[in-house]
Amino acid sequence: MSAIQTTLKSRSTPAFDVERIRADFPILTLKVNDKPLVYLDNAASSQMPQQVIDRLVRYQTTQHANINRAVHYLSEIATSEFEEARRKLQHFINANEEREVIFTSGTTDSINLVMHGYGRKFIGAGDEIILTTLEHHSNIVPWQMLAEEKGAKIRVVPINDAGELLIDEYEKLFNERTKFVGVMHVSNALGTINPIKEMIAFAHARGVPVLVDGAQAAPHMKVDVQDLDCDFYAFSGHKLCGPTGIGILYGRAALLENMQPFKGGGDMILSVTFEKTIYNTIPHKFEAGTPPIAAAIGLGAAVDYLSEIGMDAIAAHELALLKYASEQINAMPGVRIIGTAEHKAAVLSFAVDGVHPHDIGTLLNQEGIAVRTGHHCAQPVMQRLHVPATSRASFAFYNSMDEVDALIAGIRTVQKIFT
Amino acid sequence: MANYKSLYQEVILDHNKKPRNYGTIESPSHHAVGHNPLCGDHISVDVVLGDERINNIAFQGESCAICKASASMMTTAIKGKTRAEAETLIQEFLAMATGKLSHDACPNIGRLAVFAGVSDLPTRVKCAILPWHTLSGAFNAVATTSTESEDDPMHAPIGDA
Repeated sequence: MSAIQTTLKSRSTPAFDVERIRADFPILTLKVNDKPLVYLDNAASSQMPQQVIDRLVRYQTTQHANINRAVHYLSEIATSEFEEARRKLQHFINANEEREVIFTSGTTDSINLVMHGYGRKFIGAGDEIILTTLEHHSNIVPWQMLAEEKGAKIRVVPINDAGELLIDEYEKLFNERTKFVGVMHVSNALGTINPIKEMIAFAHARGVPVLVDGAQAAPHMKVDVQDLDCDFYAFSGHKLCGPTGIGILYGRAALLENMQPFKGGGDMILSVTFEKTIYNTIPHKFEAGTPPIAAAIGLGAAVDYLSEIGMDAIAAHELALLKYASEQINAMPGVRIIGTAEHKAAVLSFAVDGVHPHDIGTLLNQEGIAVRTGHHCAQPVMQRLHVPATSRASFAFYNSMDEVDALIAGIRTVQKIFT
Repeated sequence: MANYKSLYQEVILDHNKKPRNYGTIESPSHHAVGHNPLCGDHISVDVVLGDERINNIAFQGESCAICKASASMMTTAIKGKTRAEAETLIQEFLAMATGKLSHDACPNIGRLAVFAGVSDLPTRVKCAILPWHTLSGAFNAVATTSTESEDDPMHAPIGDA
């Protein structure tokens, strides 16, 4: 923790020059309502550095054609750049093989792929799926659809008041009908980092595969799918300084090979007759139709950018931001942090006495500060903690201590208006 | 750019802090509940409609300041009006809040013009119009209204992560 204390004292570590990083992000120079933009809605979507924007422009101006088809120059270069992006993502999450990395449209699409490809084939009547109270709607609704279709049952891991999973209860939920576990790595609403490695080990000891929703983890920490030993890991490009419309599903090759395709169409087949279609090998079996080629290549550039800064350095800076912001808020009368897990990523949900989150959001926006207000697509966790909605500041590595100060000053302004 | 300053002005903050006609009425002639499922806000509206005029009106619920002040000011504006007058005011308020009419073009709007600024804030329009939708529902015997129903002029999902 001494590194963090140093950061707090100097407001910037020698190794982590936040001002130099901010210069890479053109959008951060915007003014909103005549105030400098303070962008603290990174859990919803992150901003894009010039390096990624430039990569998109270079692809679009000199390399674009459809992939996996023609023999001409542009098609060959587009195909090779697309596959190069896959390799970059493979290394980013330390997947064993590149064919275990499937391009999807985002985390939601990745989870739906697993539900259709794995769930519909291997989960049946009376089987049980374990999810957690913390889950985002995108890791709840697909499984409810499957449960309804198959007559399967969903079991839910409870949380404590701090927003931490009750691991004893998780372990008690297992029985001979347990066929699948879906758990988020980091809570989008509260920031809780779940002990997924231990949860995966427990499930595997009972022969149960685990899908990890990594949407809020991949941008903020080093993810190693082999070390975690997860079966599926889903995340989105646009929360990772990449474009929208692109995401990743990592899947263990042996599982992917036995799964049903999710979407039918071009690229996912080897041969088609009206009598019989032979599916392509993985990952192509799951990539029907023309993929978002530019977005995939842009995401490749984004993980290059992040890797150059270093995920450990990013995590340390964000933890320093979270610690500083939490201390400031805890010292404010009438403001309460929602979600006080011991292990948290850079998400700060809070409530201000007597002020509805929507009013906070509108008034902070007046100060140029972007936060998210609402239920964060996680209504079960809101119900469990008895709050209809929260205000959420979520940090990225390009946020500064000065921006935390701006947030705190903004909350004070809100309190003043409402007294 | 949105006109926040005019939105969070004294009169709205005052009605939020000390809402008028807050509570329920024992045996209302008309009643409805309104929901905004996107933020969890909900309010109930009770009305006592006499032979000619609205004799009493009350509201209750959990909501943001814009919604609560809108409901509070609605009750003070509506009390004593005929149903036809109330219906006209509902239409004027909805048109003003959704930016279809400027407040100058709403002859009956009066002090409710303080909500004109909300039309610049698409995500907040629903907050301001929820009480008026609910009142309209009460008059038309629609027990439960929602800002996400098909007939909502602002029907548009706000997605997210």
